[in-house]
Amino acid sequence: MKITDKDVAYVAELANLELTDRERAAMQRDLNSILDYMDRLNQLDTSNVPPMAQVSDRYGADESRQGSERFAYASREDVVEGLRKSLPHQEALENAPDADDDFFRVPKVIER
Amino acid sequence: MDLTSLTIDAARSAVQERKTTALALAEAHYARIQKEDGQIGAFLTLSKERALEQADRIDRMAAEGKRLPPLGGVPVGIKDVMSTRGVRTTAGSKILEHYIPPYDCTAVARMEAAGAVMLGKMNCDEFAMGSSNENSAFHPVRNPRDLNRVPGGSSGGSAAAVAANMAVVTLGSDTGGSIRQPASFCGVVGLMPTYGRVSRYGLIAFASSLDHIGPLAKTVEDTALVLRTIAGRDPMDSTSAEVPVPDYVAELAKPVRGLKLGVAKEYFGEGLDDEVRRAVESAIDKLKELGCEVVPVSLPHTPYAIPTYYLIATAEASANLARYDGVRYSRRARGVKTLSEMYRRSRDEGFGAEVKRRIMLGTYALSAGYYDAYYLKAQKVRTLLARDFEEAFRKVDAIVTPTSPTAAFRLGEKSNDPLAMYLADIYTVTADLAGIPGISIPCGETKERLPIGLQILGKHFDEATILRVAHAYEQVTVPTQYAHL
Repeated sequence: MKITDKDVAYVAELANLELTDRERAAMQRDLNSILDYMDRLNQLDTSNVPPMAQVSDRYGADESRQGSERFAYASREDVVEGLRKSLPHQEALENAPDADDDFFRVPKVIER
Repeated sequence: MDLTSLTIDAARSAVQERKTTALALAEAHYARIQKEDGQIGAFLTLSKERALEQADRIDRMAAEGKRLPPLGGVPVGIKDVMSTRGVRTTAGSKILEHYIPPYDCTAVARMEAAGAVMLGKMNCDEFAMGSSNENSAFHPVRNPRDLNRVPGGSSGGSAAAVAANMAVVTLGSDTGGSIRQPASFCGVVGLMPTYGRVSRYGLIAFASSLDHIGPLAKTVEDTALVLRTIAGRDPMDSTSAEVPVPDYVAELAKPVRGLKLGVAKEYFGEGLDDEVRRAVESAIDKLKELGCEVVPVSLPHTPYAIPTYYLIATAEASANLARYDGVRYSRRARGVKTLSEMYRRSRDEGFGAEVKRRIMLGTYALSAGYYDAYYLKAQKVRTLLARDFEEAFRKVDAIVTPTSPTAAFRLGEKSNDPLAMYLADIYTVTADLAGIPGISIPCGETKERLPIGLQILGKHFDEATILRVAHAYEQVTVPTQYAHL
């Protein structure tokens, strides 16, 4: 699988990264060499193998149940403030690069 | 009495018996940090106010004759990927250079509830991505055993601090080997518990199905003590397991005679340094002398572990790092005119090269048209790797391997070749993929006096067995280098 400069630009857009031209060239080189190596996974026949999407699913404590039922203990009642109080408003704004008393402030979303 | 050469229990009992104070212990460690850390670079932030408040609390308990909790007065360091309320937490990244969390990581809270005195936050590879601590956005960490060499990563600061007696014990995190490999490079003990054994609440996420929190310490007993303190169900982490926590310290004394140890040929093949091979083989002989039976096993999918790991980890990382957008708490680029420019430039300026590389790789692996070929394929191979271990553990109680193919390499030696750096993780990533526990303990030195690590892998939630084997080996090989009062 050969990655082109266009592919790199597209992926950077998906990842919200503004790469410089030099970064793009280096990235293309690195990605190609790494993905080349990843291709060896195709040596394996995985047609009847389920994906291991969750570790706890496989080794959950409740062996008598299947799949996500194995960790049913992890769920709680759907009530407001169920486990703990929400973060106070002011604390939530503390680390903001820009905020007023109520909201995080960002540049205009829509340009007119 | 050298206050910086103590183990956990020695420190705690010295404070309990009023032979010293928690304050004196903290001050002695800060003095040592002042003297040594300029060269080593293990700490990113010192939390003196918090440390001294906690030390004072412990000293008052001791003065009143109250029984101290198990880590009472013990100076500890916390890897800077764990959130600490009111104390700057950077994840080793410029994007969080000024971030002050409003809450504590559960593992940290449990350490402090047990009396631990938090000296500061440990340097690490940015967002825990790296195997040498050269990817920290601030400064690299140097190996205390040879300042021209890396301490390993990503928990390089955590390992170096323990090795240099700047902390009694530290917490690190392990996603592909980041506790075990630096432990082996620095000559300390490092444990990665079973996935779900320790809550990840408050751990800044890298790869959510692979991340683990665990201790780095001077001895196996200290490691067991910390595990007992931090392990156990946490309602704030739905992946933390509802499995009882045994007394890991009491379990250490159980005999190892008759235990079956697996040796997998795939871990002793090409690429393994001769000196490391010899040290590990000697260690296995020692374990045979102690009455363990050595059984050959095979883990046939081992050669596929690295690509599997790097596809899954980077895919998960690309999702986990999407939150650093400059809106709520991370660094924001200046002079941006639109929201979208803000996102892109904040992230490009705030993230280092390795982080960007992994985000790109992960995004690509998950993108339309490539998801099946890369991410889904890797998840299937992950099942095959987990099955290899399940099969082997039908025949043996634990598996012994080298922790790393080499001892510590020089700073700058691998930083130009990302793939070469990734391949060095070959013996550690398999445990993260299978969710099993693993410990690294020192088992010798190269002729240049660089530490070599022995890794012991165990069954799910069977940390007790790997700790017991590690302890038995340690008792007959390591001279008593830590003062007991």
